[in-house]
Amino acid sequence: MKLNVNGTPHNVDVDPRTPLLYVLRGDLELNAAKFGCGLGQCGACTVLVDGEPAFSCVTPVALLADKQITTLEGLGTSERPAPIQRAFIEAQAAQCGYCIPGIMMRAHALLQKNPRASEADIRAFLEPHLCRCGTHMRILRAIHRAQAEMMSANAGGSG
Amino acid sequence: MSAATVISRRAVLAGSGALLLSFSSAGRLFAQDNAPPQPVTTLPAPPPLPGSLKQAPYLDSWIRIDADGAISVCTGKAELGQGIKTALMQIAAEELDVDFDRIKLITADTALTPNEGYTAGSHSMQDSGAAIMNAAAQVRQLLIAEAATRAGVPAAQMTTQDAAVIAPDGRRFGYGELVSAQLLHVAATATSPLKDPSQYKIMNRRIARVDIPAKLTGGAAFVQDLRPDGMVHARIVRPPSYGAQLASVDDAAVRKMPGVLQVVRDGSFLAVVAQREFQAIEAMRALAAAARWNETAKLPDAARLGAFLTGLPAQDITVLDRQRPAAGGAKTLSATYSRPYLAHGSIGPSCAVAKLENDTLTVWTHTQGVYPDRDAIAEMLGMPKEKVRCIHSEGAGCYGHNGADDAAADAALLARAIPGRPVRVQWTREQEHAWEPYGPAMLIKLDAALDDGGNIVNWDHEVWSNTHSMRPGPAGSLLAARSLDKPFPEPPPKPIPMPEGGGDRNSIPIYKIPGARVIYHFLPTMPVRVSALRALGGFMNVFAIESFMDELAAAAGADPVAFRLKHLDDPRAREVVATAAERFGWTTKPRSAAPGRGRGFAFARYKNLAAYCAIACEVEVDRDTGRARMRRAVAAVDSGQVVNSDGIANQIEGAILQSMSWTLYESVSFNERRITSVDWSSYPILRFSAVPDEMEIHVINRPGRPFLGSGEAGQGPAAAAVANAVADATGHRFRDLPISAERIKAAMGV
Repeated sequence: MKLNVNGTPHNVDVDPRTPLLYVLRGDLELNAAKFGCGLGQCGACTVLVDGEPAFSCVTPVALLADKQITTLEGLGTSERPAPIQRAFIEAQAAQCGYCIPGIMMRAHALLQKNPRASEADIRAFLEPHLCRCGTHMRILRAIHRAQAEMMSANAGGSG
Repeated sequence: MSAATVISRRAVLAGSGALLLSFSSAGRLFAQDNAPPQPVTTLPAPPPLPGSLKQAPYLDSWIRIDADGAISVCTGKAELGQGIKTALMQIAAEELDVDFDRIKLITADTALTPNEGYTAGSHSMQDSGAAIMNAAAQVRQLLIAEAATRAGVPAAQMTTQDAAVIAPDGRRFGYGELVSAQLLHVAATATSPLKDPSQYKIMNRRIARVDIPAKLTGGAAFVQDLRPDGMVHARIVRPPSYGAQLASVDDAAVRKMPGVLQVVRDGSFLAVVAQREFQAIEAMRALAAAARWNETAKLPDAARLGAFLTGLPAQDITVLDRQRPAAGGAKTLSATYSRPYLAHGSIGPSCAVAKLENDTLTVWTHTQGVYPDRDAIAEMLGMPKEKVRCIHSEGAGCYGHNGADDAAADAALLARAIPGRPVRVQWTREQEHAWEPYGPAMLIKLDAALDDGGNIVNWDHEVWSNTHSMRPGPAGSLLAARSLDKPFPEPPPKPIPMPEGGGDRNSIPIYKIPGARVIYHFLPTMPVRVSALRALGGFMNVFAIESFMDELAAAAGADPVAFRLKHLDDPRAREVVATAAERFGWTTKPRSAAPGRGRGFAFARYKNLAAYCAIACEVEVDRDTGRARMRRAVAAVDSGQVVNSDGIANQIEGAILQSMSWTLYESVSFNERRITSVDWSSYPILRFSAVPDEMEIHVINRPGRPFLGSGEAGQGPAAAAVANAVADATGHRFRDLPISAERIKAAMGV
C-alpha cells in the first residue's frame, strides 16, 4: 500500500492491520517514533497525521492511505533542526530522551495551530505524554522558547 | 573554601613525579592476600589509586592516543541519560589539555573498556570520573616528559596546548607524534599533576550534552534503533505469575503464521521469532493464548504490607549502637512509616539484540553492568566468558535494575537458537511492568527523645526490608535462566554492607544526637521480585527521618530549618540547608498561608558520604479531590567539584519530579497470585497537569574536592519535603506512601 511520510510517497508491502509505528521503524527505518506501550497510554510513538497528533502504536496503516504523515525526521535534521528541535537542544530538555520526540511532535502541532498557546494550554495538551526521568520543567521551558522563536520569526516576516 | 582547596591541591601535587612505581606496589598488595608477611611490608602502604584505577591501573586502559593524534577515552560506565558521557569527556579534555571535540569516548563494552561493575549508586563520577581525571593528567605528564627528552629541555619548561607539547622556543610536539606503543602502557600512580581548578577551561562549564542532538532528531540513539543486516524480531511469552510452569502449548498453528521463523521452548521459557516485528507480536499473542500454565505463586495481602514485612523471618543487623545518655528525654515521640513496592517504569520497555556467529555471542544491551551481565549470560549458555561480548547500547532511562539484563538473556537464548541472525527482543509494556524487579516495600519505625532545650538526645531507627540488589552475577539472577528445562536457581539474597548499605542506606541519622541505635531487619523472603531502584533504601530512610525531624521540630516548638541546623555540624551540610532555605524565602515567622497551601523542607547527604541536597517546596492540596500538587521547589546541592552544573541541575530536577511521583501516586498492585499493575492506567505516574509551576536548583561548586555524584541525591529529600508540605497544608501527617488523593481525602474527612 501507499503511505505519504514526510512529504515522500512510499510503497510498503505490509499487512494493512499493522500499526503505523512498526512500518515507520521497520520498513522506513525511521527512529524518532518510539515504542513505549503499544496501548496509546504514554505518547512516545506520537506522529502527525494530517497535522494532528496521533499514537502511531495503535493506528493501523489501513486508515492512512490518503493521509500526510509527519514524523520528527520530517521537521528537521541534526544539521538543520526545526525551531522546536533547536529549542529542545538549547534548553537541554532531555535526560534519557526516549519520550522527547513524541512530546516535540505534539508541541509542534499545538504551536502550529495556536502560536499563542498559554502555559495552561501547553500543559493540558501534553497530558497524554509521560516522561519518567522528570524532565518536565525543561520540556515546558523548551516549548516556550520555541514559541518565542516562532512568534518573533513571524513578526519579522521571515516566515 | 579557597584556602582548603589550595591545601588539598598541594597535597595532591606533592606526590607526583614517580610514575612507574605503583605497578610493583599493586603487585605486592595483591601478593599479600595469600602470602605470609614479607620484609617489604615494613614499608608504608602505598596510597590507594584514585577511583576505578584501583581495578584497572594501566593508563592505556583509559586513554589511547593514535599516531594521527586521535584520542580515545574509555569508561566502563554507561550513558543512562544522566549525561555521564559529556561529563567524562570534559574531564578528559581538561586534564589532557585538548579541545573537547577531540575526545572520542567509548563506553561500557566487555571487549574495549575497563570493568567498572555497574553504572549505579551515583558512583560514575567518583569511580570513572576520578580514574579518567587522574589518568589524563598522568598521560599529559608522560607526553611532556617525552617531548622534553626530545627537545633537550627540562620538563618544567614545557607547556601543553591543544593536543601538543610546546617547548620554550616555540617548537610543537603533537601528542600523536610523541606517543609510542609502550609510552602509555604503564600503571598509574596514586597522585597526579592535576590542574588547579582556577585554570579550568572545560570542566565547570555548561557544555551541551553530546548525546542529545541525535536523540532529538531521529538519529540511531538507542538499542531499539539498531538494525543490523538480517535482523529478525522476537517476542517472549512470559508466565502469568511468578514461578508458573508451562504445562503445555500447542504451537502448530503459530508455526504456520506469516513470517514466523521459529517457536522456541526450553522448559517454561517460551518465545517466537519472526521476520517482521508485527508478525512477531501477532505470533506472541497466539502463542500466549495457546499456552497452559500451572500457577503456584502466593503473594502477600497488598493492603497489609507492613504487618506482612514485620512478620517475616529476619536477619537482624545492628547498624549503629552508640552510647546512650544516662537520663531520658523530656519528650518522646514514636512513628512508623511505610512504602509499597515501586516500579522503575522505564518509558521504553526492555530490549536487546544478540547475534551468535562463529561460536562468539555479541549482545547489545542497555544493562547497567556489561561485565556482570556477560558473566551471567555465559554461565546460562555454558559458554566461556571470552566468547561472550556485551556492548552497552542506550535504552530509555532505567533508574536501577529493570528488565534490561533479562531482555539481554532472552536475546542471547534466541540468538543461540538462530545462529548467524541478529535477534532483536522487545519486551511489551505489560511484561516490563509485571516482570521488572521492583524497589522493595519497606517499613521503618522511629523513636526519639527531646530534652527540655529542644535537643534530640536519643534516636532509635528500625527498618524492615528485602535486599536492594538481585543484579547479575550468577545466571540464576536472569529470569530466562530460572525458567529453563534445567533451571538455574535464584541466588540467595544478601544485604549490601554499610557504609553504602541497601535497606539500611541512609539509616544512620546524620544529625548530632548523643544516643542512637539503628537496626536493619533484613528479610530474605521475597514473594515479589525485587532489586535495585534508584537510591535504594536511601529514599525511604530519608523520607522517614526527614518526616520525623519535622514531627520532632513541631514537638520542640522549633522551626523545621532552624531545628535541622541546630543538629548539624558539617559546614557543607549547613550550607546546602541554608542556601535552599534562603533561596526559597523560608521565614521563621508564622505565615499567613493561603488555604490548602503548605511548605516543607528536607535535607540529606546521600549515603551519609556522597552529595548533599536540601529541598524546600510548596504544595497545594485540593480539599474536594484530595489531590496534592507541588507548586514550587528550590533545591541546593553540593556534589563536590562541579564538572557540568547543568548536568547536575538536570539530575536534581529529575530526582524531585520522579520522587514526587513515587511519593504521591505510585504503588505496585497485585492479588494473591498475579501482579495487576501492568500498564500506565493501572500504575499511574506524574503527568503534565501536576508539574510544578517553578523549580530552582542551586549548585554549590567545591573546587578541587572529590566528585560526589548527583543521580540519587535528591529523591529522599524530595519525598520528605512533599510530605512535610502536605502536613503543613492539611494538618495531617502522612506516614504511608503513596500520599494519594484517597488517603488525603480520608484523613481530611471530606
